[in-house]
Amino acid sequence: MLGRGEHAEITAFVGQTVNSELSGNMIDLCPVGALTSKPFRYSARTWELSRRKSISPHDSVGANLMVQVKGHRVMRVLPFENEAINECWLSDKDRFSYEALNSSERLTKPMIKQDGQWHEVDWHTALAYVTQGLSKIKQSHGAASIGALASPHSTVEELHLWQQLARGIGTENIDFRLRQSDFSETLPTAPWLGMPIAALSNLDSALVVGALLCSDHPLFAARLRQAAKAGAQIHLLHAIDDDALIPTAQRLVAAPSAWLEELAGVAVALAQASNLAVPKAFNGVTPSAAARKIATQLGLPQLGAQRAILLGNAVVQHPDFSLLYAAAQWIARHTGATLGFLTEAANTIGAHLVGAVPRAGGLSAAEMFKQPRKAYLLFNVEAEYDTANPAQACAALAQAEMVVSLSTFKHGLEYADVVLPVAAFTETAGTLINAQGTVQSFNGVVQALGEARPGWKILTVLGQLLELPGFAYETAEAVRATALEGIEITARLSNCSQSAPSLKLKLSDRPALQTGDMVLERLPEVSIYHADPLVRRAESLQLTRTAQAASRVSLPAKLFDQLGLVAGDAVRVRQGESVVTMPAVRDARLPETVARVPAATHASAQLGSLFGELRIEKA
Amino acid sequence: MLTAIKNFFKSFFLIELFRGMALTGRYAFARKITVQFPEEKTPLSPRFRGLHALRRYPNGEERCIACKLCEAVCPALAITIESELREDNTRRTTRYDIDLTKCIYCGLCEESCPVDSIVETQILEYHGEKRGDLYFTKDMLLAVGDRYEAQIAETKAADAPYR
Repeated sequence: MLGRGEHAEITAFVGQTVNSELSGNMIDLCPVGALTSKPFRYSARTWELSRRKSISPHDSVGANLMVQVKGHRVMRVLPFENEAINECWLSDKDRFSYEALNSSERLTKPMIKQDGQWHEVDWHTALAYVTQGLSKIKQSHGAASIGALASPHSTVEELHLWQQLARGIGTENIDFRLRQSDFSETLPTAPWLGMPIAALSNLDSALVVGALLCSDHPLFAARLRQAAKAGAQIHLLHAIDDDALIPTAQRLVAAPSAWLEELAGVAVALAQASNLAVPKAFNGVTPSAAARKIATQLGLPQLGAQRAILLGNAVVQHPDFSLLYAAAQWIARHTGATLGFLTEAANTIGAHLVGAVPRAGGLSAAEMFKQPRKAYLLFNVEAEYDTANPAQACAALAQAEMVVSLSTFKHGLEYADVVLPVAAFTETAGTLINAQGTVQSFNGVVQALGEARPGWKILTVLGQLLELPGFAYETAEAVRATALEGIEITARLSNCSQSAPSLKLKLSDRPALQTGDMVLERLPEVSIYHADPLVRRAESLQLTRTAQAASRVSLPAKLFDQLGLVAGDAVRVRQGESVVTMPAVRDARLPETVARVPAATHASAQLGSLFGELRIEKA
Repeated sequence: MLTAIKNFFKSFFLIELFRGMALTGRYAFARKITVQFPEEKTPLSPRFRGLHALRRYPNGEERCIACKLCEAVCPALAITIESELREDNTRRTTRYDIDLTKCIYCGLCEESCPVDSIVETQILEYHGEKRGDLYFTKDMLLAVGDRYEAQIAETKAADAPYR
């Protein structure tokens, strides 16, 4: 509070800003309306707005939204209370991403590239071009030379039609797991949270592996914070010792390649503490003191204790995913804990359920880029940002004969041949399935911008034009009914790893890191405000400190001092053959062998895999 | 029988006609109330509701703060307002339109205005040659206000004791 009397003003502490992923909730909480939403402020009065319900497409919480609309423009987004899901909270991503809906980067007309020039065309021409191009490629190279990729933030309807379209064309190369790199865990089921979202608040102890809770899952983090405040023991395993804003019991901080050893350590400590047979593969692992404490705490026989092992995005994206999974499952099984996945995207589970994954003979997302295809179909995929290995993905797309991109934004014009404008989540009816498996449908709240059309409509028409069977849908409800027909969602949700019994470890055959040589491991992180196409274009979110920090590389203190850098100095970051120059900052919370280069930003789009070695040089 | 004779004499001497003509004659020679409109005008009440105007403060700052109460109260939905945060952190209109073809001149906008910005002036002689001519934008309304500010202030002052 600055000033006195009528000059009194409320501000953040001198020189500081409110820097939180949940800051928008203060606006709702302020009883007198003194704290206002800056992007919305003064642009409309509440009585002019019609209130329409929707579902957030940004994270796996599936927060219920109240979208307020004036004319055909979304003016603001407020939470809609749902105790089982978001209570009355919204993360800033959900609240402010609407700014992107009317951004100048929106694609409003279908476009075709001819002789390197983009031409705006009508829908008929664009769709005819796509059908002709696809049949030509199918004839000359076979259907397997076509790959179809969709964003896991798409609706159930879109994903269902997407896989139906791809399989109709005759290709099994269909995937939505864009950032995943280890596909050896072929799950017939959909990995899920393992418990209701509300149960997170009542946990007694939890081990969270590979999740930067605040940035990856703001609302799950809030639930875990509630649990911790009530006395729960929360243990974290990640590659950075940052302030999780949660009272944590134990922290395991290790480079991503050592996560498996850390988990093995916990398993061994657990086995020793409760007189179990140590899994053969884990022999020779000596648990650290923190691992021992975690194991004792988790292994404590206690009646009715609510325990959970939660695996974050970084685990799923990890090159050793299946092994980490198996280790976590072993620990969960022997502590009576629930194994859960903090699933990454709004509709990860929905995508699994409708079968938007390759079946026998199909290539996964990573393989499609590793073994370049002749044609790619992209559904809201921004290859530079959304893929596990952007450099490789862009190279694969650039060499393809035809790239059809269905996109909400003008994007990928360098590699695409046709771009078709898809309506954003506020403009289409759809269904999202959140981390706990709740099916939530919503309707469009505004008209689609320009000539953009709902994804399900485009795909229905495309299917009809390709003369594929089963595309005679009239409404989104009809698509939804077909998509979810005969799917027992509760039966399909399971976190039972297939590779559980084997537990083989690759400890020995992992190439040892050549430390000292300025070679660091990359911290697997997708910046919160770059995680999906909408938030990347929301102006206010991009102005936050978090978003600005995402374009910098954080170096461990030792290396930073060794290089004699001053904060903000440019460094060259080399990963494989790609090099980018970024400003560096010192981060004492990083282990010595880890550098933090958040993915999905403009700078890191030129780098390779989310995991791997980085070489840092002074620029 | 008697009434029939009475009626016969009444109509025979054209009494009713003369009565009628007497009335006509009285008005024919009485003082005229006709106003020769363009040259002469009837007096107007200070509360007369004519053409709209947006007023300014004496320092030139527009009064309107984009509270949108007039837009909300307008029964004919003739007012359209869009607002923004101006550089000096105040809320101002970016658009303030009144469609005078929709307007029913009820004066509720003036009643609702907390800062006496939108007013209905005494002006009643205006026209549009095309339909669009009667769609008044913010600039036009401000121009009306600037031009007739003296008159507006006077009528406001005259009406003030009764409010």
